Amino acid sequence: MDNRRKITEIVRRVAGKPVEFAPEESLFESGLLDSFTVTDLVTELESEFSIRIPDSDLNPRKFDSVARIETYLESHN
Amino acid sequence: MAFLRALGSYLPERVVTNAELGERLGADPAWILQVTGIEQRRFAAAEESVTDLAIAAAKDCLESSGLQAGEIGMLLVASGSADRRFPGPGATVGSGLGIGGVPAIDLPIASAGSLFGIALASHLAEAYGNVLVIGAEILSRVVPRDREHVDTAVLFADGAGACVVSASAGFAKIAGSLLASDGAEAGALHLPLDGPLSMDGRTIILHAARKLPRVIRELLERHNCPPEAAGAYLLHQANRNLITRVAQALRVPEERFFCNLERYGNTSSASLLIAAAEWRRRFTGELQAPVVLAAFGAGLHWGAVLLSPFES
Repeated sequence: MDNRRKITEIVRRVAGKPVEFAPEESLFESGLLDSFTVTDLVTELESEFSIRIPDSDLNPRKFDSVARIETYLESHN
Repeated sequence: MAFLRALGSYLPERVVTNAELGERLGADPAWILQVTGIEQRRFAAAEESVTDLAIAAAKDCLESSGLQAGEIGMLLVASGSADRRFPGPGATVGSGLGIGGVPAIDLPIASAGSLFGIALASHLAEAYGNVLVIGAEILSRVVPRDREHVDTAVLFADGAGACVVSASAGFAKIAGSLLASDGAEAGALHLPLDGPLSMDGRTIILHAARKLPRVIRELLERHNCPPEAAGAYLLHQANRNLITRVAQALRVPEERFFCNLERYGNTSSASLLIAAAEWRRRFTGELQAPVVLAAFGAGLHWGAVLLSPFES
């Protein structure tokens, strides 16, 4: 499974909503994520991709869409 | 060595329900409860100042302690909503208590202010004797009151809490503390000189939900105390959902996390001491198990303090 699909699955899981959404769609503005589920998202990303997201990267804007998350993960690697 | 000797609090009389606040902000009262866990909060009267609230909490604490004001050797007063830019409320609180001349230090730290005060007092008590730590806020005057900022407007409230940290006596030993600060996200929660208070809730929650469990775990590890061994967790009362997250992260039953947020809202620096004072009124006598105090807030500042029974 490529990264985009993995990220999409994680978003659906933490949001508790098996819905379709575009890679560029804002996960906050669409109501998929809120202040608390973004915390779960970060934890799940760390687990799925075996990375440690440092406090300096804890900016919700980095995780506001599947595309942004994908970009972040690529830069992280 | 230092001890937590007594606690006290003061809450303004006026109760503001979600129904009243919701009508003012155009928000559904049920939504306010759902996203915050707050049912009602207190707002100070127009004639009350932050200093007034601090003095009232200090008097309640002194009465519990059995100490006279003249036996206090130092004041540490935390507030993020002080009545003026300077001087801070500390010296005026001292004069109001009749102990002008006693050194008073202001801590303009907001939410983690009283926790920092307790940690500092545990080191200062040996030199200054009984240290009176106070957190006092009137946030109802500095939060935005419009529909655009409803997420912030529904959270904050007014109140004051106090405690005495002593080098000689108390109901719990202050076993240790761990404090941290990082200004990289200072803009995420701040009160500009010309107000009103501004908060990026997503950033604050994301950092708090990660940093609070981490600092608590690290402090407990230093003292060889597993999270489940602590009998009570007294946290800054920021948001019920955040407290739930911290409990889950530590794998500790949420029932051990004392919570009075539903009645008083988020009173920033005052909330930890208000919660601790209420907890202490319910659980008198000597501690049977360690107790964790923890707070996170603007700055960013965060940390934890460990209270332990005398035998440990």
